[in-house]
Amino acid sequence: MRYGWLLPLLLLSVSAFARIEVHSFDSPEQEATYKELIDELRCLVCQNQNLADSNADLAKDLRRQTYEMIKGGAGKQDVIDYMVQRYGDFVLYRPPLKRSTLLLWAGPFIILGIGVLVLMQYIRRRRREAPPNLSREDHERASQLLNDKKS
Amino acid sequence: MKARYLIPLGIFLALVILLGVGLTLDPREVPSPFIGKPAPEFRLPRLNQPDQTIGPGDMKGQVWLLNVWASWCVSCRAEHKVVNALAKTGEVTVVGLNYKDEPDDARSWLAALGNPYLASAMDREGRVGIDWGVYGVPETFVIDRQGIIRYKHIGPITQASLQEKILPLVRRLKGES
Repeated sequence: MRYGWLLPLLLLSVSAFARIEVHSFDSPEQEATYKELIDELRCLVCQNQNLADSNADLAKDLRRQTYEMIKGGAGKQDVIDYMVQRYGDFVLYRPPLKRSTLLLWAGPFIILGIGVLVLMQYIRRRRREAPPNLSREDHERASQLLNDKKS
Repeated sequence: MKARYLIPLGIFLALVILLGVGLTLDPREVPSPFIGKPAPEFRLPRLNQPDQTIGPGDMKGQVWLLNVWASWCVSCRAEHKVVNALAKTGEVTVVGLNYKDEPDDARSWLAALGNPYLASAMDREGRVGIDWGVYGVPETFVIDRQGIIRYKHIGPITQASLQEKILPLVRRLKGES
């Protein structure tokens, strides 16, 4: 146990250093709305993180803004409208369906459709190909091999 | 049947073009929903005269720039020369928005690097910043005589962006009544 002193270090998890914001809400619904919102709103500084995950200053400020609005009785849509008014649709991880986002929403299905078409054509072509022409000897050899395996 | 073999090449070329275009786009440039909308109102104490305030209301009837800056922001330092030179020409008034900064740091930053601003509004908590949709300092807004935001520049102003985008727009807006 030369390295026994390392054990306490293992218990010190990295998350213990993560900053935790303590918010108190008037109702569980408010808290749920807050959590949903910070999950769905994008941090504009580290663009691949939502507000909940990001430690950027802006994300903290936007969390504070969200919290204050919710605490003040604002609903989910109020906060979303507020953010979109200031930062545009980009702030939403779930963008609305409009003309400019149509390709974004439909794209995966279009690609899936193309894939299915290609696959169907491939299968159809395979089926059309004639089965290989076997002579009598080939048939006999094949059945012999098959029977051999059985015994 | 030769043409069939060209299909993968065609797909490849289409992908190259698509990805190539993607490389030239800057994901940090989020289109601002504020273009063409009235500038959000605020009233904040001035950095150098904290007993006085400044806000967009004071600038009505003028074409002006709002330059969001902070002493902790490295790119602000980079663009500061350009902003100084612009202010010296007197072509357009620049108002500063000192974003989430310590007033003492901000004051000594201006003292050391020069103060191009008519005044800098102190936004210590960044609330006005949120109201203006600020997410990456420095940012610069061009506001017309009616108080409408006409352009937003994200990131440091360079000589090129000043000459090609901002100044031509300012001149055009000054021509509008």
